[in-house]
Amino acid sequence: MKNLWFHLMPYKDLPDDFREAHPSVWVDIDAGLLDPARVHEHYNEFLDELEYAGEVGFDGICCNEHHQNGYGLMPSPNLIAASLTRRTRAPAICVMGNSLALYNPPTRVAEEFAMLDCMSGGRLIAGFPVGTPMDTVFAYGQNPSKLRERYLEAHDIVMKAWREPETFSFDGRFNQLRYVNVWPRPIQQPHPPVWIPGGGSVETWQWCAEMDYVYCYLSYFGYKAGMATVQGFWNEMDRLGKDRNPHRVGFLQFVGVAETEREANELYRGPAEYFYGRCLHVNPKWASPPGYSSEASQRARVQSQVAQAAAGSRGIGGRPPVATQWEDIVDLGYVVAGDPDQVAERLREVCLEMNVGHLMLLCQFGNMSTELAQYNTRLYAERVLPQIRDLFDERWEDRWWPRPMAEAERYTPARVA
Amino acid sequence: MPSERTIALRGRSMRVFEQAPSTPATGAPPAVFLAGIGGVPRWLPFLDHLGETRHVVVPSLPGFPGSEAFRHLDSVYDWIIDGVEMFEALDLPVMDLVGSSVGGALAAETAAIAGARIRRLVLVAPFGLFDGDDPNADIWAQIPAPDILAGLVCADPERWKAAWETPEGADAVEWQIAQTRSMEAAARFLFPFGATGVARRLHRIAQPTLLARGADDRVIPASYLSRFAAGIAGPVRETVIDDAGHLVELDQPEALAREIHAFLSDQEL
Repeated sequence: MKNLWFHLMPYKDLPDDFREAHPSVWVDIDAGLLDPARVHEHYNEFLDELEYAGEVGFDGICCNEHHQNGYGLMPSPNLIAASLTRRTRAPAICVMGNSLALYNPPTRVAEEFAMLDCMSGGRLIAGFPVGTPMDTVFAYGQNPSKLRERYLEAHDIVMKAWREPETFSFDGRFNQLRYVNVWPRPIQQPHPPVWIPGGGSVETWQWCAEMDYVYCYLSYFGYKAGMATVQGFWNEMDRLGKDRNPHRVGFLQFVGVAETEREANELYRGPAEYFYGRCLHVNPKWASPPGYSSEASQRARVQSQVAQAAAGSRGIGGRPPVATQWEDIVDLGYVVAGDPDQVAERLREVCLEMNVGHLMLLCQFGNMSTELAQYNTRLYAERVLPQIRDLFDERWEDRWWPRPMAEAERYTPARVA
Repeated sequence: MPSERTIALRGRSMRVFEQAPSTPATGAPPAVFLAGIGGVPRWLPFLDHLGETRHVVVPSLPGFPGSEAFRHLDSVYDWIIDGVEMFEALDLPVMDLVGSSVGGALAAETAAIAGARIRRLVLVAPFGLFDGDDPNADIWAQIPAPDILAGLVCADPERWKAAWETPEGADAVEWQIAQTRSMEAAARFLFPFGATGVARRLHRIAQPTLLARGADDRVIPASYLSRFAAGIAGPVRETVIDDAGHLVELDQPEALAREIHAFLSDQEL
């Protein structure tokens, strides 16, 4: 199986009273809270952390796209990925990803991902999220009723731009391009592996199966909350007659590794409470623009809300309230914390039960310092990863992993004087 | 009791409610009503009041209750063409057109572009314009709880809830989906600002026009009505209905119908 190191790039100086004094971490977050000099420091620290994860043995390093967001300082993940191509050698570079409907024309994504694949010598994983409502509908002004249609059309353009050897025209519903002929083309032919981050909609599962893409469930609420969704995915694969190759799935999990469980509790309490208390303080008015979810997904959600309301377990809008205290955060499985053996044992169980072959780890979260993030990362790489790395390998091939150029053929960047 | 029929249009089927008046006004053309946010989930008290002296015709807009399909419409232009074809299908040689909220934007557009059959126009808190210095409410950025939307669009939220109460025997889940669908349809037409570009076409509205709004409208600011009034070429009357929010037809059905009757039958215009 593969272990990937994922960075959200949170702003680390949201004030103590952020929840009480500010309406939202996303969309209309107060620009007065941001110090660009601090962001200069953050970007360099975060890049150090990503590069470090690659050095100590993670199979891949991941970045993602958010807009107008206090816990995601990456409106352009491709800029971060470009920097990583020059300063890392081995790890896959997983851009998780580009929200296709936001790029005009969508061939921009085909071009930039091809650039990244060439720069990295074929190490790119191409992620294509629809994007959250906050990012797409409210920050980027996309019509919620057309977002998914635009996304699917943009996807078709990008894939055709990579596959088609000749210049072609694309006369779509939303895009008219007379001459499509992207330069450069990716190293990985015909295209880099495609991974799709999604919520729990059956349509997305079916589409991933049809296209033979990896489905990634990137929830911040850990394995306990995610179990039903991932099992739903596998049930659908069974129904469609697809194999149970665990590499069809990626799953995100926060982890906090220390020498002892007690030390883990001491070290990771603060960053976790910062993340769940401040970074997830999103005004619910941004969460559900009509049309963002398909009617089938709405139907499923309303039905489950009715059931859960009957059981009295849901808060406003049908969402469970987010736990913000460390003990609850751990109990609910948002963060897997403990000594290396405890973490390895838990993750082994989780991966086996979920049948997940791509584990995406958040080892830096909230306002965690670089020093602590690297401690967490090193302990994971040296003492957790070896205990779970071989899961699934005997039986299953990872058909969705980058196929880079041979090491000897790759260019070595000159050192900066 | 109103009659109900379905007409096939290009890309959708359209439910049409219709009711003949109890005391018909001589020579008055039918009054066609285009509903606002949420559409016409069921026959409403306002339609009874409007129908006291008028033949009332209520076609359903794309994606609103009575007409599920709407995702074939991409641009404002597509919506206007659908509106024009809707009127052609109703086959009324002449009509008075009453549009509220979302329906108000479509009524204004069709009057500007293909207004030959429209004798008089009534716009109740119409969408269609946007002013960044005096913004309308973002109806698509709302906490997804039933009371929030009800409180936004009506001065008395119970009026909205009564209109949307699940009818006996109906599927409650599907009823809720229909409401969300109508909000999505409004977004498809009007996102993000509620503006259609009608500001550039108001000079083509030559019909006598009544502009109405609820005194407690939390969606469309008062200044928007003044902009409509200033831009429309035909003679304009303005009226404000007390104790009414955005959907005046729900909050004050009788008072609104009274204002409309007075305007439509005014011989001075």
